Amino acid sequence: MAYNCIVLVKQVPDTAHISGKAMKDDGTVNRAALPAIFNPEDLNALEMALQVKDRYGGQVTVLTMGPSRAADVLREALYRGADRVILLSDRKFAGSDTLATSYALKCAVEHIGDYDLVFCGRQAIDGDTAQVGPQVAEKLGLPQITYAETIQSLQEGEITVQRAFPRGKETVKCALPCLLTVVSTANRPRPPSVRRMIACKLAATPLEYPALLKQWPEFETVEALDAYLAERDLKIPVWTTADIGADEENLGLDGSPTKVWKVDYVVLGTSESRPVPATHEGISALVSELIQGHIL
Amino acid sequence: MNKDKEIWIFIEQEDGEIAAVSLELLSKGRELAERLDSRVCALLFGHGIAHLSEMVISYGADIVLLADHPELASYRTLPYAKVAIDLVRERQPYILLLGATPNGRDLAPRIASAARAGLTADCTDLQIGDYRKKDRVYGDLLYQIRPAFGGNVIATIVNPEMHPQLATVREGVMRMAEPDRTRKGEIERIEPQFSARDLVLQVVKREMQPLCCDLKSASIVVSGGAGVGSRENFELLYELAETLGGQVGATRAAVDAGFVSQEHQVGQTGITVRPRLYIACGISGTVQHRAGMDQSSKIIAINSDPDAPIFQIAHYKIVGDLNEVIPWMIRAYHENAK
Repeated sequence: MAYNCIVLVKQVPDTAHISGKAMKDDGTVNRAALPAIFNPEDLNALEMALQVKDRYGGQVTVLTMGPSRAADVLREALYRGADRVILLSDRKFAGSDTLATSYALKCAVEHIGDYDLVFCGRQAIDGDTAQVGPQVAEKLGLPQITYAETIQSLQEGEITVQRAFPRGKETVKCALPCLLTVVSTANRPRPPSVRRMIACKLAATPLEYPALLKQWPEFETVEALDAYLAERDLKIPVWTTADIGADEENLGLDGSPTKVWKVDYVVLGTSESRPVPATHEGISALVSELIQGHIL
Repeated sequence: MNKDKEIWIFIEQEDGEIAAVSLELLSKGRELAERLDSRVCALLFGHGIAHLSEMVISYGADIVLLADHPELASYRTLPYAKVAIDLVRERQPYILLLGATPNGRDLAPRIASAARAGLTADCTDLQIGDYRKKDRVYGDLLYQIRPAFGGNVIATIVNPEMHPQLATVREGVMRMAEPDRTRKGEIERIEPQFSARDLVLQVVKREMQPLCCDLKSASIVVSGGAGVGSRENFELLYELAETLGGQVGATRAAVDAGFVSQEHQVGQTGITVRPRLYIACGISGTVQHRAGMDQSSKIIAINSDPDAPIFQIAHYKIVGDLNEVIPWMIRAYHENAK
């Protein structure tokens, strides 16, 4: 039996290389100022979905919400084996917190319709909240399996999954459809395939057409470019609020109960700091001092 | 007494053992309740756990909402969420706090989504204060304070309009008060009703280490990073920890390199520790790691790189080879402790 999988992914700023300059005054991140990457655990989620497809058949659809340039992660998903990718993009989504984001994703997942499993990464490295997966599950009325590490079996409408925590493992059995959030130890994501890179290199969303027309002057009009891509199945659809039938008041800043009030930059420093010579004598004096100070 | 501003604490328990973070939250909840002139209400779910109510009261609860049911015997998202969501909808608490444990992080977003309330994950501090937006002032909101963007900034989040104000709080960051056995509180039994949909997931097998983690409560932590170099070299850290009566910690890099297992990981994605003494060996000091240890009373850093960022927060800087320095420390301790 084949299973249709939807994978929710996010393009994230590479938080390992962030600076205060990338923050806007309202406390949100100026994503444009940062290198953007495929959220690492979302790659594990995609890999888990691709493995389901390899084994049982079915379609893997990858959905992301973000600005025009989030199409980069969708192309990457195509290179790695996704069958279909969709960009959810609308100015009305701007400023969404996890609740508003999960509402938009829920509407889009319902719009896709036919699915057995929804996969997300456990959490995204920009917020580390791990909230969107469970919130999407709640809004879809689905059971959730967070911290999913291994699918042990998938049969007769039932999935058995091993979950991994710092303190141990748990195996659970659940009726489909359900939503899984996947941890980094689940698998080693397959690399992009060269064959698929060549085949899908031109994949683009209509939002990217103006830039592409400059790059490829042989297409004289947007229509010509659109027809060319659509014919080759390389047109990445962009869904807006209206396409997914979302209610605007649940989106963006209006639909977000949490407000970032204040952002402080982390300042390092310590009032008393002392070098200790790396010699037997130096260490011995330190240990003796710590013992006298009741620290040891 | 301001009954509109109740503070609810989700008590996480497993096999009758209450998670330390839940007790820490009761202490914090008390403090917030005094500030708001309101009361602390504990959500205690499980099976055969009624006897824990007294302990929960002694740590600061005024009311215990006790749901004792066979389907709640071990944590599962849907039945736990069902009970919590029904209670939240019916009684509309002002604040709801959960530990940022795997279960807390699984349950909290489910409640927030159903209640359409704001949720802040992994808070490291909570305060009460006002929030101004244009000409409107929202009084006595919960300031939810957390590191963000890989620990590079500290953000203060508020939920001005939609309540409850939900937050998960990192383990080990709030101080746990001494229990007061003379405290009095009310116990109210909840009789949950479950539908088949709430029970579609079953736990087949669980292999978990006990809730209480020695590393978190250790007063001395000897921690190693990528600079330790090998699993064999990590043995030296164990030896030092044993000598000093401490526990072994590690950075994510050391865990990822396979030097030591994940339950030793200190930092933003691991455990937060605040020992009396933290000895950082071969640790460069990423913000993610510092987020889990910078509250330590004293920090000794040993690193061969004099420019390692860990030295910026260390009280004692030792630039040298840990394979020499650690044996000296062990020897010096034996000599001095005689």
